[in-house]
Amino acid sequence: MANPTLIAEQIFPSSSVKHQKRTRRWQDWATLIILLLFLMVMLLPLVIITMNAFKTEDEYYATGALSLPQSLNMNALQKAWESTDYATKLTNSAIISLSTAALAVGLSLFNAFALGIGRIRGRTFVLLFFLLATTVPAEALAYPIYYIFKQVGLYNTRTGVILLSAALNSAFGTYLLSSVFSTFPKELIEAAVIDGANKLQLLRRILIPLNIPTLSVLFVFFFIGTWNDFFLPLILLISNAKQTVPVALSMASAEHSVVITSQSAAALLGIVPCIIFFFLFQRSLTRGITAGSVK
Amino acid sequence: MNRKSATFNKGYWVFLVPGVLIFLVLIILPILANIGISFTTWAGTGTPVWVGWQNFAKASKDSTFWASFRNNLGVILVMVVIPTFMGLVLATTLTDYIARKFGTGVSNFLRAGFYFPQIIPILVSAIVWKWILQPDWGVVNTVLKSIGLASLAHNWLGDSGTALASVMVMLIWIQIGYPLIIFMAAMQRIDPELYEAAQIDGASWWAKFFYLTIPLIRPELFVVILTTTIYSLKLFAPIYAMTRGGPGTSTTMLPSYFAYKNFFETAQVGYGATIATVLTCIVVILTILWIRVQTGQEYRETI
Repeated sequence: MANPTLIAEQIFPSSSVKHQKRTRRWQDWATLIILLLFLMVMLLPLVIITMNAFKTEDEYYATGALSLPQSLNMNALQKAWESTDYATKLTNSAIISLSTAALAVGLSLFNAFALGIGRIRGRTFVLLFFLLATTVPAEALAYPIYYIFKQVGLYNTRTGVILLSAALNSAFGTYLLSSVFSTFPKELIEAAVIDGANKLQLLRRILIPLNIPTLSVLFVFFFIGTWNDFFLPLILLISNAKQTVPVALSMASAEHSVVITSQSAAALLGIVPCIIFFFLFQRSLTRGITAGSVK
Repeated sequence: MNRKSATFNKGYWVFLVPGVLIFLVLIILPILANIGISFTTWAGTGTPVWVGWQNFAKASKDSTFWASFRNNLGVILVMVVIPTFMGLVLATTLTDYIARKFGTGVSNFLRAGFYFPQIIPILVSAIVWKWILQPDWGVVNTVLKSIGLASLAHNWLGDSGTALASVMVMLIWIQIGYPLIIFMAAMQRIDPELYEAAQIDGASWWAKFFYLTIPLIRPELFVVILTTTIYSLKLFAPIYAMTRGGPGTSTTMLPSYFAYKNFFETAQVGYGATIATVLTCIVVILTILWIRVQTGQEYRETI
């Protein structure tokens, strides 16, 4: 059995030392309370940001940052929403993230079909290449991409960001899906082939339906990753009408003249979509992260 | 039967064409181009001028270049050591204790909470912390003043003594959830009978932690350490949003932001490409190490 006091001791030194010799039930609750307190500390920055998004600047100066807002004043949020043209930015982020996720899942699926099911010659080498690409820093391709995109008219277009993000994401997707596909029961594939299925039918009728859970994990993973990405949209999208949420918020936070509480409101605007995604996708996310780590 | 599946195995390469083509054009080609640019002087317009290893020689004498990698080493140490340790402690407590005493609902709730900072865009986390650390009206300083510790109030991000540490605190805050999730998943595949056997042998909690848990989740431990290291080497948004590498020229400078600065702010594209090339080489070496750990582990599994 775990010794809770020892663990508690590590997380919050000397907090529950007094109760060391009490009964186990006492220790159980102490551990839980310590963990809950630690969680509160972890979430405190987000709570502070939320509280202060509903205050006026005068109220902020009068009552400080740690008090609850006296009323749900929407001025700061409205100002942040308008100054960042948030509706446009949300639309851009949604278009870019959804398209990237769809395209990247499609590319990963085709690649993994050839590598994991087809087991084509030289697949280890191809996989190694894809795997290397998952970790290469975006700075290593940033300037050539910026230059080429300007030449071919993909600079300052959502299409350009979508293509590049999908290419980067599909490297990871190919790696992951190939290893999932390589353990796919051969009997199923052979049976389908004997029944006269061609490759496209095999992909559409057998592999896709039977791998929906993995594919949806990948989709969610790519979607969140693209939504949260900052570097690529920053260097590839210059006009206000094309920018994504994180880029717009970085601009808002850099303006010194902006009202204090509307800066916290702007940060809150960036957090709210994540809370929604979190509740929608929590399971998929957890599985996606652990799936990529150890096979 | 065998012959049939052998013929069927042909023709799969067609499915690789779109993926590989996009991959070559949008990733491999630009990376090679970037390596090429590292050997030139170029302002982004006109023709690049070939200068050989000159940029690399310049980097070797550039104190900002070294500072950026030194800072990155510090960031890696802090981001790997502290969250991994906290993740281990939290994961064992949640799996081994909370889940048993209070049910998996409670432990899943706690896990989700600790994980939450991970799914916020890192840029948004950066502006949250910048807001909290603001010197004149920021939360930290206001609170310090109101409880009579005004002397501790500080320009956290603007003072060269505290800037890098302040950024690190935010990075730890972001990172804790990642090892936690990986370790909790790892601990679920450990056979509980092993713990029961150790229990019967009279092993203490610490003995079980060091002699059972740690060796059994070693693959995940490696993965967390390596992926966190690679992730740390790519950190850009927090520096861009919080400090721009300052105060001064290099207090919080990191290589990825230094490359960006040369590309897009000072138009020294050749030098920026050099920094990016060095960074890429380090990341590639670490990735190869990671692949070797993974394949080594597969090898052990097949024995």
